[in-house]
Amino acid sequence: MIVPRYTREIPQRYRLEAGKCKKCGYLAFPPRVVCPECGNRRFVTVRLKPAGTILTYTVIHVAEDNFAAETPFAVGVVETDDGARLTAQIVDCKPEEIEIGKRVNLILRRIRKEGHAGILQYGYKAVLQR
Amino acid sequence: MREVAIVGIGMTPFGELWQDSLRNLFAKAALAAIDDAGVDHIDGMYIGAMSTGLFVGQEHIASLMADYLGMPGVPAAHVESACASGGIAVRQAFFEVASGAGEIILAGGVEKMNDGADTTYVLATAADQEYEAFHGVTFPGLYAMIARAHIHKYGTTREQLADVAVKNHENGFKNPNAQFRMKIDRETVMNSTMVADPLRLLDCSPVTDGAAAVIVASMDVAKKLARPYVKIKASAMATDSLALHSRKDLAALPAVQKAAERAYKQAGVTPDKIDVMEVHDCFTIAELVVMEELGLVERGKAGAAVSAGMTRLGGKIPVNTSGGLKSKGHPVGATGVAQVIEIVEQLRGAAGDRQVANAGLGLTQNMGGSGGSCVIHILEAMS
Ligand SMILES: [Zn+2]
Repeated sequence: MIVPRYTREIPQRYRLEAGKCKKCGYLAFPPRVVCPECGNRRFVTVRLKPAGTILTYTVIHVAEDNFAAETPFAVGVVETDDGARLTAQIVDCKPEEIEIGKRVNLILRRIRKEGHAGILQYGYKAVLQR
Repeated sequence: MREVAIVGIGMTPFGELWQDSLRNLFAKAALAAIDDAGVDHIDGMYIGAMSTGLFVGQEHIASLMADYLGMPGVPAAHVESACASGGIAVRQAFFEVASGAGEIILAGGVEKMNDGADTTYVLATAADQEYEAFHGVTFPGLYAMIARAHIHKYGTTREQLADVAVKNHENGFKNPNAQFRMKIDRETVMNSTMVADPLRLLDCSPVTDGAAAVIVASMDVAKKLARPYVKIKASAMATDSLALHSRKDLAALPAVQKAAERAYKQAGVTPDKIDVMEVHDCFTIAELVVMEELGLVERGKAGAAVSAGMTRLGGKIPVNTSGGLKSKGHPVGATGVAQVIEIVEQLRGAAGDRQVANAGLGLTQNMGGSGGSCVIHILEAMS
């Protein structure tokens, strides 16, 4: 992943910036240029609430090369409290503790190192609320 | 639009074909289809392939294939829709003939997956790169999340998932072109290596090299050739959000339902009229959800139906008589075309040990990514 491609997504990855449709209120994460619900093209930038609920998940045992050293690791679909959905790793817990419906907080973590140069890439991960 | 037929079929065996290059795989399948049809030329071709660039470092493949098919000059285009690329190639050929622009068009698919690429990475490029794959999600991981949601919502069991693989290997055992011609039992599936919980190795389709091709032609040409042909009664497609997380119901595949609705309407049939189906069982859970979206069973009931034998050979509606992606193999771009080949063989009554008695109407369902695209064909036997 080249640097501009990573940098472009920083508002989403670091600050959970989404686009809220000015007409119907649909939360686009990441932001879009047109609302998939109502076709409106005007959005206001908002930050997602960094907490939500696990809708589904898996524990990955066979990963692509970039993540091979981290297996097994959990990944899930999280619905934030304001109703946006995203995919994130679920960390700081045993896989057996994860369940559909459990509450999580979204926090900033290192996601991976880029290639042999080892450029660090950050983003959100989910941790269980305890 | 005028009526369209399939007049010839050809494929390579599916497997780890170390001695065959991308171009030779394609040429072998294409020549077999041309010979089967008995045509002396083609007016053009469409080639489905997911990612020859990442798998073998080769793009611009349509011209390469025309060249190595010994037909430089013929119009040729590469179509890509991840794992649905092959089905889309058939659909493009259908349109070219239906429109009257071409009389004889080749639709092919090819993938060379065993040339050393990081296959898990390449396949994950069919997911949302920035918002799914960035977080380490793999393709088995996405379907595992669909499986988890389905289990949670409907009570689908681990045993029911395994039974999909058992059934498809039972069929693939009878298919000389299948990559894994062996029977397996439920325990073997459930004790195989974990890939993405709850999916294990034997829930997943394999990494495969292979190519497949069909000759699509006008009815006039089909009748003149005086060989067995089948009619394309419907060619329908639908798309959906690329990211799984954007879908309202994570235990569903809405693109399949939309494409099916369009296909049934075009063909003027209901699902209970179909005699045999080839569906996109890239993972065992996919076959279950697809059965529900195609209207074979109510939502949440597919697992029980499979375990009760509804979709076995001899069952109410045999599904994946070829062995499916699971046992036959899944050379991504070739899969959609190979599905059509199995149905053509069934409708010709030439499927050997896998034959469904009196098959008159067949359906293929081919899907890209985690359901971001789906293409369905309904084919009818012509006697
Ligand atoms: Zn809107």
